Amino acid sequence: MKKQEPTPKIDFKSEKDMPLAPYSLGLMLHNFTGAWRNIRPEINLKECIQCGICWKFCPDTAIYIENEYPVIDYTYCKGCGLCAEECPTKCITMVEEEK
Amino acid sequence: MKADKEIKKKRMRLSLPPEEYMHSGHLACQGCGATLAMRYALKALGPRTALSIPACCWSVIDGPFPYSSLSIPIFHCAFETAAVSAAGLKAGLEMVGDKETTVVAWAGDGGTFDIGIQALSGVAERNDNIIYVCYDNEAYMNTGIQRSSATPYGAWTTTTPVKHYKNRPKKDIDAIMAAHRIPYLATANISYPEDLYRKVRKAKDIKGTRFIHIYTPCPTGWKTRPEDTIKLGKLAVQTCIFPLYEVEDGSTWKINIKPRDKKPVKDYLRLQGRFRHLNEEAISFIQEEVDKKWARLLKYEEVSPL
Ligand SMILES: Cc1ncc(C[n+]2csc(CCOP(=O)(O)OP(=O)(O)O)c2C)c(N)n1
Ligand code: SF4
Ligand code: SF4
Ligand code: SF4
Ligand SMILES: [Mg+2]
Repeated sequence: MKKQEPTPKIDFKSEKDMPLAPYSLGLMLHNFTGAWRNIRPEINLKECIQCGICWKFCPDTAIYIENEYPVIDYTYCKGCGLCAEECPTKCITMVEEEK
Repeated sequence: MKADKEIKKKRMRLSLPPEEYMHSGHLACQGCGATLAMRYALKALGPRTALSIPACCWSVIDGPFPYSSLSIPIFHCAFETAAVSAAGLKAGLEMVGDKETTVVAWAGDGGTFDIGIQALSGVAERNDNIIYVCYDNEAYMNTGIQRSSATPYGAWTTTTPVKHYKNRPKKDIDAIMAAHRIPYLATANISYPEDLYRKVRKAKDIKGTRFIHIYTPCPTGWKTRPEDTIKLGKLAVQTCIFPLYEVEDGSTWKINIKPRDKKPVKDYLRLQGRFRHLNEEAISFIQEEVDKKWARLLKYEEVSPL
């Protein structure tokens, strides 16, 4: 629900740095999936009724809540359009990304 | 400005707990239903959970070593062993005095309906103390959309091309699991997250083998628009193609949603590229089959406990 901070990439200098068993050492938050996006969701907060539906249906956990309103985290949003499609007041619009 | 402040006083309405155990940066396609299933299920399971995941989309979505997009431990197991690996993990934890951790097998439909069915059946027959979740995207997606026994009648996949589309019905895994008389079984759907959450939460507090079958649309494999994922899930329930119900002890059926006006299956099929080739005749055949299955389910509920 809170904004996620990117985590560092893990760099093994030699096999001695590797853990003995292949367990995970960190989250995938270094992977900025926002780069996948062709269209970006933009919220018009004036029309927002704070229902939380966009937050609930985001498959990328890329909507967080700040001051009781949804905020899109463009570092990770893949631009699937689900939030815009499901918003009951249609206050999220998908706009073409500029290349 | 004053109005602004007043608006801010209103609290955001959240129908699910705010804690996240699935984080951004994962590798799923845009609009993937399987990720929503994980996100909601983990909200219900909480941090004292361990997963065993066989080969499937989720073993890729999570990210490569040394990373993970989940903040709980995962054991990546062999394709056919999700259930039995989870049972082994649970037994091991109990041996070292950990009675608290919930162990969950998390597998795709291929890993459940086909290749993992004997391990799952063994676990269910012994009533091993695990939750088994099958996220069902109705084909082998990770390897490029091959048919599974969960693929519905009429669907295109790369191994059931348009001219030879799948001509066998979807296997009724829930009936098979109910026949094992496990303590709890439920179907769920990512478009009904509150219902999904409630079911996983309920399963968590039950002992023995619990089976949750989650409907998860796959835009890549179904040739659907990523923004239609939630719409498809709702239609699957409103058309009775994928009904939501629970079975306790293999004897008490309870249907959770009974649509007042059943929508025609056509509304569901026409949104999906994998059904585009179907003619009217095939569509009415699918409608008949869905009606029959729904009628049977209503009967089960009516006559239960069986
Ligand atoms: C024993 C074995 N056979 C085949 C494979 C190849 N394989 C990996 S994932 C996969 C498909 C999994 O399909 P499903 O369980 O439906 O999960 P999905 O990818 O659809 O999420 C296959 C065939 C394997 N890893 N191991
Ligand atoms: S477009 Fe998709 S990924 Fe981006 S915020 Fe909306 S639901 Fe999340
Ligand atoms: S779905 Fe729309 S109205 Fe609801 S919180 Fe999100 S932006 Fe606001
Ligand atoms: S192929 Fe389907 S199930 Fe797999 S990650 Fe992509 S959308 Fe999700
Ligand atoms: Mg599958």
